[in-house]
Amino acid sequence: MPLKLKVNNVVTTVDVAPDTPLLWVLRDVLDLTGSKYGCGIGQCGACMVHVDGVPTRSCATQVDTVVGKAVTTIEGLSADGRHPVQVAWEQVDVAQCGYCQAGQIMTAAALLATTPNPTDSEIDAAMSGNLCRCGTYLRIRAAIHQAAAASQKA
Amino acid sequence: MRLNRRSFLQMSALAGGGLALGIYDFPLASAQFGAPRADLTPQAFIKIASDGTITIMAKCPEIGQGVKTMLPMMIAEELDADWSKVRVEQADLNETLYGGQSDGGSTTTPSNYLPMRRVGAACRQMLISVAAKRWGVLEADCTTGPCRVLHPISGRSIGYGELAADTANCAPPSLSSVKLKDPKDFRILGKATLNVDNHAIVTGKPLFGIDVKVPGMLHAVIERSPVFGGKVKSANLDEIKKLPGVRNVLIIAPASAGSAGPADTTTEPGTVIAAAGMEPGVAIVADSWWQAQSARRSLKVDWDAGAGADQTSEKFDQKAAELISAPPQNTLRTYGDVDGALKGAAKVVEATYAYPFIAHGTLEPMDATASYKDGKLEMWATSQSPGGGKSQVARALNMQATDITVHICRVGGGFGRRLTNDYMVEGAWLAKQVGGAVKLVWSREDDMTHDAYRPGGYHAFKGGLDAQGKLVAWRQHFITYGEGQRYASGATLDATEFPSGRVPSYALFASAQPLILRTGALRAPGHNAYAWAIKAFVDEMATAAGRDPLEFHLELLSATPVPVTGGRGDSMNAERLKGVLQLVAEKSGWANRKSGAGKGFGLACHYCHAGYFAEVAEVTVDNRNRIKVNKVWAAGDVGNQIMNPSGAEAQVQGAIIEGMSQMAQEITIRDGRPQQTNYNSHPILRLRQAPAIELYWHMTEFPPTGLGEPALPPVLPAIANAVFAATGKRIRTLPLARSGFSWA
Repeated sequence: MPLKLKVNNVVTTVDVAPDTPLLWVLRDVLDLTGSKYGCGIGQCGACMVHVDGVPTRSCATQVDTVVGKAVTTIEGLSADGRHPVQVAWEQVDVAQCGYCQAGQIMTAAALLATTPNPTDSEIDAAMSGNLCRCGTYLRIRAAIHQAAAASQKA
Repeated sequence: MRLNRRSFLQMSALAGGGLALGIYDFPLASAQFGAPRADLTPQAFIKIASDGTITIMAKCPEIGQGVKTMLPMMIAEELDADWSKVRVEQADLNETLYGGQSDGGSTTTPSNYLPMRRVGAACRQMLISVAAKRWGVLEADCTTGPCRVLHPISGRSIGYGELAADTANCAPPSLSSVKLKDPKDFRILGKATLNVDNHAIVTGKPLFGIDVKVPGMLHAVIERSPVFGGKVKSANLDEIKKLPGVRNVLIIAPASAGSAGPADTTTEPGTVIAAAGMEPGVAIVADSWWQAQSARRSLKVDWDAGAGADQTSEKFDQKAAELISAPPQNTLRTYGDVDGALKGAAKVVEATYAYPFIAHGTLEPMDATASYKDGKLEMWATSQSPGGGKSQVARALNMQATDITVHICRVGGGFGRRLTNDYMVEGAWLAKQVGGAVKLVWSREDDMTHDAYRPGGYHAFKGGLDAQGKLVAWRQHFITYGEGQRYASGATLDATEFPSGRVPSYALFASAQPLILRTGALRAPGHNAYAWAIKAFVDEMATAAGRDPLEFHLELLSATPVPVTGGRGDSMNAERLKGVLQLVAEKSGWANRKSGAGKGFGLACHYCHAGYFAEVAEVTVDNRNRIKVNKVWAAGDVGNQIMNPSGAEAQVQGAIIEGMSQMAQEITIRDGRPQQTNYNSHPILRLRQAPAIELYWHMTEFPPTGLGEPALPPVLPAIANAVFAATGKRIRTLPLARSGFSWA
């Protein structure tokens, strides 16, 4: 069934079953593989995207529910890959295997959009739904503080 | 580094051999260690463009341990390159060209430190040689600065880029004779260096195996037998074939043990004999992964569950209790008179420790992409041992290795799971079946229920103290899985493991119960379990003796070791372990710690994978037995050189956090079926639960060793001991919930 989607500011039509999870439309139809499959049940956050700016687990979101909404994936977070969160993630050297980090970054970017200067406990609350199997949490926290500081200077 | 026999045995055990028990026999991954090989060619690793850009090939799979950055740093250092001009590219699998390309056992650093430096140094020598010839000067009068050859006498200098074309065709010098830098002159090694893939990772580029796209590729899933070793009696293939997008449905029948030949005579239509190393099941191939996965909801399979269906966790526990009270089956080591010493002891302490099976749960599930065309196979591997995987594929599909090309992808977590290349064989087999390109992706549920599990186990301890509080007797009965003296993969215990040799009277026994389940290596295999049991029991003995655990440990480590009969020694250097213990005690303020009122400190140390770590944990436990780990201090000794301090610190932080994850995880078995299927029932530690971590290096004169594993084992006993200090309660059964605790 053809569905009209707006992903990273591009409007496109996909022909998939309406109950297909958004994640698999992004990955297998639109070739946007930055959003990752980790658990399929909304447990790990590796598939995190923004739907109208709200952090959303694309593995647990049926594609037909985002028709008429704006979907942003890691590929569309910034035009040049220089969103303050992306810059901080590079400078703090957060990633180990790197598989969960797109989801972590999308959650962190959404946090900073509503809470520009989060405390540790605000970071804990916002980020504890994103699992990192390698255990990069201390650097994730440091990178969010760094991104917050950089955004406020800018 | 020269690897002794023990290390080699550890590696072999690590390499993913599943417990056979007549059902499965996974070939060992290619062992690349210690074997003499021809000189590596600098040109294979280094390409210099005329504009001075240097491309360095990263030979080993990047599984999150930082080798894609670290190994090229070794080359760049001796090449005397400017790191900002270096680009790193992942090498394809070619072990003739690059040497061993496996990651396991924390060996990538020690086995590559000299070879990679020599490659860089040889290339530097070639650049000097070309420049000297061009200038008509003596090579000996030339030197280098970052990316330039210099002739100080005349003040001339020339960039590497201008020498590149002539250098590419030079015969390299003998690598064993090239001069290496004095480490005090290092400019790149020892400096915190950012992961070379950082920008690609933060912008979501397709780096991982699961991101591979091949033109015309189909997508596959496999419904495997819910009981390990089971097989399909029949399935509703015709119904599944009619579902949207489904192209092919195959019953995978068991292969005969150890070969790809037909073994099963089932006549169910659509049945294809599996390749050796594959689990039986039903494969669904479709236009998209979601279509293949959705089709499973309609799949009805009548299974022959096989002998494994009788297994339950409760029966394993009961059998273990019987074995503990029975005479031991095997004696791993005895000396002195342990029974006599226990009888004569002033105080005897007895305790049994038990730990469960656990899953790896790498965040990128198992996957493999393969393309089969005209008798040739091209693969994109997410493996820690792609060479071993290629051999398995060649053997399973009866192909020549020369007809198989393997690309190495960035891997979304290894932790030992990707030493067992079962999924690589599945992907290759599927590509051959459909005669084209297929991407196989396991669902998380597939991954959790068909792992090569960290084996569970039990340790029954009896320790004796003399009137002065000195440990004089240690009796340990290890209950594990296997048959006779054949143990499940990852379910062994070395006869020299601490405190073997350090106690006047000692006995280590093992008894095994049968298991029909695949087991394997999980980060710091073996050590991740028995370091907890042994070091927590040492803490019990120190408490019973009324002594400080630090001083008690130091005394044990100061004892002259009793040599093992037959001459095989203990490879641990006790002075190095004492060094990290003393360092962590100093940094954590151990002597002035204030435990009590729900707060406690615990200490533990461990030696494994040639590395030495001691850790102190500070915990707070609330009145509902919820544990908050506030802080962990770690001190490590991995020799005389930290390659990349940023990557090294990351490995230690990751190991500590993973150790905590392991403390709350378990895979239980009911009717042969693993019960936990996803992260909600097999949890990974969350950000809010991560402790502050302070890391200190104890630099020693020893050659550098690896960091993937040795920082993990001590954190479990350090936390368990801290919980005792806080509450007076011992954690003798894992996961925490089975001892009445949970993470806050």
